[in-house]
Amino acid sequence: MVRRSASAGGSRWWYLLLLLPFVATLLPPIYNRATPALAGLPFFYWYQLAWVVVSALITLLVYALTPERPEARGTERGKGR
Amino acid sequence: MNTTAIVVFLVLFAFVTVLGFYASSWRRGDLSVLHEWGLAGRQLGTFITWFLLGGDLYTAYTFVAVPALVFGAGALGFFAVPYTIIVYPFVFAVLPRLWSVAHAKGYITAADYVKARFESRGLALAVAVTGILATMPYIALQLVGMQAVLQVLGITGTGFLGRDLPLIIAFAILAVYTYTSGLRAPALVAVVKDTLIYITIIAAVILIPAHLGGFGHIFALSQAHLKSLPKPGSTLLAPKAYAAYATLALGSAVALFFYPHALTAVFSTSSRQVVRRNAAFLPLYSLMLGFIALLGYMAIAAGVHVPGTDTNLAVPLLFQKEFAPWFFGLASAAILIGALVPAAIMSIAAANLFTRNIYKEYFAPGATPQQEAGVAKVVSLVVKLGALVFVLGIPLQFSIYLQTLGGIWILQTVPMIVGSLYTRWFHRSALLLGWLVGMVVGTAMAASVQFKSSLVAVFGVLGYAGIWALILNLAVVVVLTLALNAARVHNGVDATADADYEADSVTA
Repeated sequence: MVRRSASAGGSRWWYLLLLLPFVATLLPPIYNRATPALAGLPFFYWYQLAWVVVSALITLLVYALTPERPEARGTERGKGR
Repeated sequence: MNTTAIVVFLVLFAFVTVLGFYASSWRRGDLSVLHEWGLAGRQLGTFITWFLLGGDLYTAYTFVAVPALVFGAGALGFFAVPYTIIVYPFVFAVLPRLWSVAHAKGYITAADYVKARFESRGLALAVAVTGILATMPYIALQLVGMQAVLQVLGITGTGFLGRDLPLIIAFAILAVYTYTSGLRAPALVAVVKDTLIYITIIAAVILIPAHLGGFGHIFALSQAHLKSLPKPGSTLLAPKAYAAYATLALGSAVALFFYPHALTAVFSTSSRQVVRRNAAFLPLYSLMLGFIALLGYMAIAAGVHVPGTDTNLAVPLLFQKEFAPWFFGLASAAILIGALVPAAIMSIAAANLFTRNIYKEYFAPGATPQQEAGVAKVVSLVVKLGALVFVLGIPLQFSIYLQTLGGIWILQTVPMIVGSLYTRWFHRSALLLGWLVGMVVGTAMAASVQFKSSLVAVFGVLGYAGIWALILNLAVVVVLTLALNAARVHNGVDATADADYEADSVTA
């Protein structure tokens, strides 16, 4: 049986947060610098490594803010025909 | 030749071999039907999927080639990090819709989906052929990663057989357990592979910089070394490389999940929520990839010299130099098993595509699920054999060129797959022609730089050929769709319904 995952509260607008990692990482001029260094790592490197974590947290936040509640929808589950 | 390293390596290899064969009875299903063999019964949960996708996308070749690029060129090689950052917000937003419609309708491949969405065999064939073409050289490159490890371990001898026999044996074992266990084998082996990889990388990132005098010192040495190269590099980007860096990251990120091996893993999950959750948890691998990229600089600072221009040996040689022998054995096993997992999934994905969208579509329309599975199993063997012949018989550079082209090609299927998830506005003939234009132009662009790179200057801006071709592809699609829709040309019957794109399984 297939269920429909209706959004259970939570606005779809939260998805716009997912654009932040694109802006932060696809514009190299904003981070292509050696300083300030962190533990010997030039800014260029630790900034991008930090965004791996920040981006994951943003995705997790959007996941939490847009819960999906399965609702019954009476069709047969079509397993690989 | 180091006996301790080789013994540790062989023990770990034997262990995953046993695991691969045992996998056929794990979460037992009827392996004689295709969705059980080729999608592990669509029942993988969050935890196993995390390992499976991680093992699938972050391949041995990645572990060897990304630091090799940093080792040889500097900052540009770090594009793998923004690439694997932005891929997950994209996946989170887009892939659940594709998962849902595939689940609701029982699709096994992306080609199944476009065929039903547009009532178009042409589009389905385009997706299937592109997927198979892009996957073959990718499998070949996994063998290259394995070869680098075997060579540094000193297992390989001399002469044709001595040099290639270990590789052939490892691959033959993989082929047999993929045949018997299907997708269950790489799913289980991936857990071992990634555990070993995480142990190796955490140790490398803690031990090696301390031994080499800290990251500050490593970067100072690297900068000096890169400047002195015949083709100078740098630990920072040159301004003229900004567009190249950004378009490589964007193009690679958009293409990644439309490779057949990525979609096969996504379709094998048990619910839409598993896909959403994994988009949030998979970045842990990206963090690891970032540190792996830095291994390229560590290799420079450690004074690793590669024979000729074979930068792929930089990381295995660094490990050999810096690690105790037993740990070097473990690290080698991690990389080698890291090649087996994606190679298995890729061959299964190519087999699924061939079986569903070429064999069943054009040769045996009445094939039962049992016949499908039988064909897919044989095709998975043929695909691996083809990759092996490729690696042994054709210069390595050729596989790398083809894999570069593969990324450009996969991007050209994105308009028909992603675009159609949101709207039925696009016309099927426009999508097919846009794809064709993108394929031809993308290939021609790569040819114009002798396939040596995927970077091409357009109007003076150096950027990723895949993105340039995609822009042209989209332009053709939009203009022709406007024209065809205005002329009221029939656009096929849609076999899917709006609700299918939000469907979830009961167990969610």
